[in-house]
Amino acid sequence: MTKRLAIYLMAGRDVPALAEAAAAGGADIVEIGFPFSDPLADGPVIRRAAEGALADGMRTERCLEVLAEARKRVDVPLIPMTYAALLEAYGYQRFLEDAAAAGATSLIVADLPIDARAELRRVQLVAPTSTDDRIRMAAQSTDGWLYLVSVAGTTGARERLSDQLPDLARRARKLTDLPLLAGFGIATPQHAAAAAALTDGVVVGTRAIEVAEAGGPEELRSFVASLRAGVDGAPALAGERIP
Amino acid sequence: MSDDTIRGVGTVTEAFAPYGGRYVPETLVPALDELAEGWRAARGDPAFHVELDRLGREFIGRPTPLTPSDRLVPGRRIYLKREDLCHTGAHKINNAVGQAVLARRLGKTRLVAETGAGQHGVATATVAARFGFECTVYMGAEDMRRQRPNVERMELLGAEVRAVEFGTRTLKEAVSEAIRDWIANVADTHYLIGSCVGPEPYPELVGELQAVIGREARDQMLESAGRLPDVVVACVGGGSNAIGLFSAFLDDEDVRLVGVESEGAASLASGRPAVLHGARSSVLADDDGQVIDAHSVAAGLDYPGVGPAHARLRDQGRVQYVTATDVEAVRAFGLLARREGILPALEPAHALARAIELDDEVVLIGLSGRGDKDLAVVAGRPELDAE
Repeated sequence: MTKRLAIYLMAGRDVPALAEAAAAGGADIVEIGFPFSDPLADGPVIRRAAEGALADGMRTERCLEVLAEARKRVDVPLIPMTYAALLEAYGYQRFLEDAAAAGATSLIVADLPIDARAELRRVQLVAPTSTDDRIRMAAQSTDGWLYLVSVAGTTGARERLSDQLPDLARRARKLTDLPLLAGFGIATPQHAAAAAALTDGVVVGTRAIEVAEAGGPEELRSFVASLRAGVDGAPALAGERIP
Repeated sequence: MSDDTIRGVGTVTEAFAPYGGRYVPETLVPALDELAEGWRAARGDPAFHVELDRLGREFIGRPTPLTPSDRLVPGRRIYLKREDLCHTGAHKINNAVGQAVLARRLGKTRLVAETGAGQHGVATATVAARFGFECTVYMGAEDMRRQRPNVERMELLGAEVRAVEFGTRTLKEAVSEAIRDWIANVADTHYLIGSCVGPEPYPELVGELQAVIGREARDQMLESAGRLPDVVVACVGGGSNAIGLFSAFLDDEDVRLVGVESEGAASLASGRPAVLHGARSSVLADDDGQVIDAHSVAAGLDYPGVGPAHARLRDQGRVQYVTATDVEAVRAFGLLARREGILPALEPAHALARAIELDDEVVLIGLSGRGDKDLAVVAGRPELDAE
């Protein structure tokens, strides 16, 4: 099976151009972060990006507009990733409807546990701390694929791939045939290759945001292309030393 | 965790509906289940209660006195529940000792906590020293500046104090960073939250550990005044001392209960239902659910959220929530110092400010902490000397 590559971008006026660059570089999925003032799951880079986005007026309605603009320029799935606080204020059902109308595919909520808001169809996250029972519950209710949080921790680039991912990937694989995408702490083509060898693909957020902030769409495209090469080379790397 | 366990905790889950809940990353759910289960087991274990009672007497200094205050407002019978006389100088130690015993039962080796005024950080550093835990305390850089003595106390007790240098640089950001630390170290670390806020089971757990304040105060009122108070007044930031004091009087229908918030941090008086730090409650937030900064002269009240129990008590009409300004709190601080020889913390000075205006005959005030930490904050303010 072809490995999948998801790229996370923070909502902003440049998201349509960045989404286009990510897709051109080989991203299969683009996640768009809807910023929250108190993001418990996020490390310093995404937290600062969220602060900047909020300062730039990226409130829920404006984020949906940005998503709709990106939709006109790319064909890949665009997935809003946000926090429950925004949905509480906007209305869960209203959000699902308006996001779909803007061209969103599914939803990720960083701080809704698997069994909370069962009626809210979304991509579920499981973590190294998740019991097999909870992974099974997540697989039953998730929307299309499972997000493996590869490390007990917040979002952010790390030097090494998490040593907690192999066990999580192995347990999840036993419990479901759904695609498993690993995220949190995956920053380089080497990480992506190693993680993809254990799973069906990866999500890269923090480093993508840093690259986009520093170099704009062109740098992002080339960074995503390097991740693509890493992910596509994954089977050959299986069994090799995890960098 | 089996489904049965989750259902067993379900009664807790509905305790504060439509408030409370667990809005946390999935990573933390097993730890919260473990904590809820550990708490349920401890609560049902007589040895746990014996140990808490003993530590209360021998380490905290319980029961704390009830002090009749004759000079504060001539002609009124005012009683002060003296949590300022607890070891470490505030009610925070009641919760810290209880959670430390629980953390030891759960096999944890490290405590992480947030602190605003520094009182909870000092209490956590104290129990970490007493029970042999490693300890990390997150504190906003702005709070470290205005509560310097408490930073030094924590460090002397062996805790590492980590400055939070972003956002408001106060309690809100310190809580977020403590939770992020817990997410990354959840296997060996217990998050010793300082108030009746956060995801379940924390609000109920902290409320129960602080309920000793109300149990003692109610007995002491009956003994000392020969009757229950007409009104009970406590300050509310996150709300743990207030819920602890109020809890013993909730069924006494003739006793009015008044919570006093800082005017610039009035989550109950001017907030709206929103999600912050793992729970739904009444929060200072905008139309989009983004949290708005709070402002208070009292670092311990400088928080845009509040425990879900208070949001529910407000909606039920059982507790009335009012506000006091910075100026009123500083004035009350000075009055209590000059008329009764007691330096209150600026947090309960908010309760004093509203309580002294009341017409009720018998008034009980929760004096949740002592004011030594606030001397640098109040020094030179003209309202300090106002009569």
